[in-house]
Amino acid sequence: MTDSRSSAGSQDLVLDRVTKRFGSFVAVSDLSLTVPQGSFFALLGPSGCGKTTTLRMVAGLEQPTDGSIRLGADEISRLKPYRRPVNTVFQNYALFPHLSTFENIAFGLRRRGAKDVRKAVGEMLELVELQSHETKRPTQLSGGQQQRVALARALINRPQVLLLDEPLGALDLKLRRSMQIELKRIQTEVGITFVHVTHDQEEAMTMADTIGVMHNGVIEQMGQPGSLYESPRTTFVSNFLGQSNLVAGHIVDAAGPDLVVEVQGTKVTGLRSRAAVTAGDVWVGVRPEKVTLTRSDASPEGWNVFRAGVVSDVSFCGVSTQYLVRMPWGQELIAFKQNTGAEAGLRAGDVVDLRWQREHTFFLDASEDAEAGVEHEDGA
Amino acid sequence: MTSVRGVRRWVGNHLVLGAALLVLLYMITPVLVVILMSFNDPAGRLGYDFDGFTLDNWANPCGPYQLCSSLVTSVEIGVLATVLATALGTLMAFAMIRHRFTGRSAANVFVFLPMASPEIVLGSSLLALFVNAGFAGQLGFWTIFVAHVMFCLSFVVVTVKARLHGLDPALEQAAMDLYANPWQTFWRVSFPLVFPGILAAALLSFSLSFDDFIITNLNAGQTVTFPMFVWGAAQRGVPMQVNVVGTVMFLVALGLVLASGTFRRRQRG
Amino acid sequence: MTVAGASLLATPHPPAPERPRRPRTGYLLLLPGVLWLVLFFLVPTVALVASSLYDPTGSLFEGYQMTWHVQNYADAIAEYAPIFGRSLLYAAIATGACVLLGYPLAYAIAFKAGRWRNLMLIAVVAPFFTSFLVRTLSWKLLLGDNGFVADTLRTLHLLSPDGYLLATPLAVITGLTYNFLPFMVLPLYASLSKVDPQLIEAGSDLYASPITTFRRVTFPLSLPGLVAGTLLTFIPASGDFINSELLGNPRTRMIGNEIQDLFAAGALPVAASLSVTLMALIVLMVLVYVRRVGTEDLV
Repeated sequence: MTDSRSSAGSQDLVLDRVTKRFGSFVAVSDLSLTVPQGSFFALLGPSGCGKTTTLRMVAGLEQPTDGSIRLGADEISRLKPYRRPVNTVFQNYALFPHLSTFENIAFGLRRRGAKDVRKAVGEMLELVELQSHETKRPTQLSGGQQQRVALARALINRPQVLLLDEPLGALDLKLRRSMQIELKRIQTEVGITFVHVTHDQEEAMTMADTIGVMHNGVIEQMGQPGSLYESPRTTFVSNFLGQSNLVAGHIVDAAGPDLVVEVQGTKVTGLRSRAAVTAGDVWVGVRPEKVTLTRSDASPEGWNVFRAGVVSDVSFCGVSTQYLVRMPWGQELIAFKQNTGAEAGLRAGDVVDLRWQREHTFFLDASEDAEAGVEHEDGA
Repeated sequence: MTSVRGVRRWVGNHLVLGAALLVLLYMITPVLVVILMSFNDPAGRLGYDFDGFTLDNWANPCGPYQLCSSLVTSVEIGVLATVLATALGTLMAFAMIRHRFTGRSAANVFVFLPMASPEIVLGSSLLALFVNAGFAGQLGFWTIFVAHVMFCLSFVVVTVKARLHGLDPALEQAAMDLYANPWQTFWRVSFPLVFPGILAAALLSFSLSFDDFIITNLNAGQTVTFPMFVWGAAQRGVPMQVNVVGTVMFLVALGLVLASGTFRRRQRG
Repeated sequence: MTVAGASLLATPHPPAPERPRRPRTGYLLLLPGVLWLVLFFLVPTVALVASSLYDPTGSLFEGYQMTWHVQNYADAIAEYAPIFGRSLLYAAIATGACVLLGYPLAYAIAFKAGRWRNLMLIAVVAPFFTSFLVRTLSWKLLLGDNGFVADTLRTLHLLSPDGYLLATPLAVITGLTYNFLPFMVLPLYASLSKVDPQLIEAGSDLYASPITTFRRVTFPLSLPGLVAGTLLTFIPASGDFINSELLGNPRTRMIGNEIQDLFAAGALPVAASLSVTLMALIVLMVLVYVRRVGTEDLV
């Protein structure tokens, strides 16, 4: 069984202008990205954005309509899946129901001609802590256990890239959290490149070294979780990762180190490095947790202020309280306040000022849809 | 709580079940009669009453002329037809479920048609073919074989398709992801998982073939299968050994079904 | 396999990957079976229609003349119309009986059987295991003049002292019902078993009595199985002749008997035209029926 493993050199996974069309529908459009060897990369996006299709193209289960996929120096775009040094952990695990846990894990090794698999399988069982379950059938295992078997089955082959297709989706919250930590630990220990596809932004931010946010077949922004979160470049990213307040404004001064924007009769300033556009109409954005609500009239240096908002809703969320504040121009803005217990909470009807430090402002292209990426109850 | 209301509710709850059991009884009774009659010592040739108990029929099952030879013929045709029909039908089922091509829905309908035709029409059209092709004098074993494969195919396809439908395509993709080429994927993953469906299809095919009378009779020429033997005997007086054969078939098939059930239950752990 | 530096120096437009070869494999797999069916199902149908238009004065030994003798049909229908009617009537009654008997059984297996489900299913299929003819013959015993059933009915005064059950239309229909009952029960069961029990619970949660829940929830959901079952029962029953021959009398002959005898006598064109007519009648009835009930995916 031949595979295209090179023995030396960087084994970065490179997607070069990959496009996938199904008839007239474009699932993935001109996508280019580089996943450094040994890193944990998350492909994040809502369902239907093309992330699973991208993953399947790397696995070889779909063929790109255009573009190429390379592993280090090897072009793998046209290789069959069984010839690629890439393994997948499937969304519903796809464990072979007629084989035991042992045989499931050993499957890949056996197909490549390995005679004695006892030792390797044993090590894997230890890694995922399933030693006492090796004779059981998949149907006799719990969801979390099946997930770990699927992981072991893929890892045992020491692939150059491990692909994970929303593997934690079927698990309940607590189990999901512990598996996230577990996966990260294993990845660090084993040192293999992980490409993790998910729609759960918290999951991506927790686990990944680099996140690529995908929307309608393209990667809108790619970077480290922190920079993606604090400096979103598109409305979609700003709404999909966490939540954002976006207010319409117009740039009046772009000459200096700061941008000055006219918003609803007030001047708002922010760092130029946080601006996606530097002229014309913009969305002025700020994260709800960066916003302070006060009843005082003070305007401290270096803070942006929106005045005369009326608290319209108070939601107690345990760790924090979420406030909806209706501004004079009609828009409702969100503020999160950590429940430190230091001060009394606000009530509906209170008149407040919204304040935030100018470094926390970001600016986005006004031509983009401010609702992009916002999660609606009806799934719209 | 033995109130009238309680009784009424018990009856209401169990009404359907009661009716069902009655129907089951209705279905089983003739089988019981067959088993009973296998021990019958008939008074006359044409009588169809239970006259006396005897084990003679079981001791001498091949007594009546042509009974056992027709049985052998039926089994031979059954096995051959089953093998071919199952093989062809399984291939077709895989084609229809796993591959995309134009005309797939047309193929679906086409395969379904023989199942939906009355046997007399299927049989007569085949006879018309053989006569027109000049084979009127060669009707026999092989024309029966051809007919049986034809009508078993549809049943095999439907049965295997049903099983294949439930087979998650992700499993085959996982196999390929794990270095199995298409051949290995089929043998190691698809086939073992579809096998119960293929087996069921084969058993169905054999019983359909073995039991067929109408189509067979029209296309048999001088060859005699077991159902044809029984039919002919019905005019002359049915030997009780026929019921012996019926009982044996019933017990064998019942045994197979129960055995496969316990085997599957043990496999599940 | 390694395209080392070449891919790095590749042109801005990388080569397109090969098309999947799936469609061809699909056709290949399909071919042998389809060929068999074309040869031994489609072509024979054509042959049958052709045969029905032969000059009836030919014979199996001398051969037939193709004279587009449409008169065959007129003759056949004129002479055999009552028998056609009788066959369809018997088949319809038997199908109705199958629904009445089979529905409670299927319902019970789907919802009330619990752990006896598999056993009951086996009991439904078990009669299959004995030969069709042998089973039908045993009805001769059951319905015989000195048999248990006749005796009981005479005791209950439901049958006159010199009445008989065998060699009557009732016996024929009983046989038909019996033989095709599994074909009704199994598709019905398949449909009913897919009904989510929570739907029935929702019905009673929304104030429906058990009968109303059945009428408005369960029954409509079981329609695909019911349609399949009635088709799988009616169609073979209308062409059957075994039950009529073994359990009936000369006045209960069905169209199947006639076709069989005509073929045996070598009257190819007449027999063929009867066959085609039967097929046409069935197709017509099925189309009307399915359109009325709504097209369901049966296969």
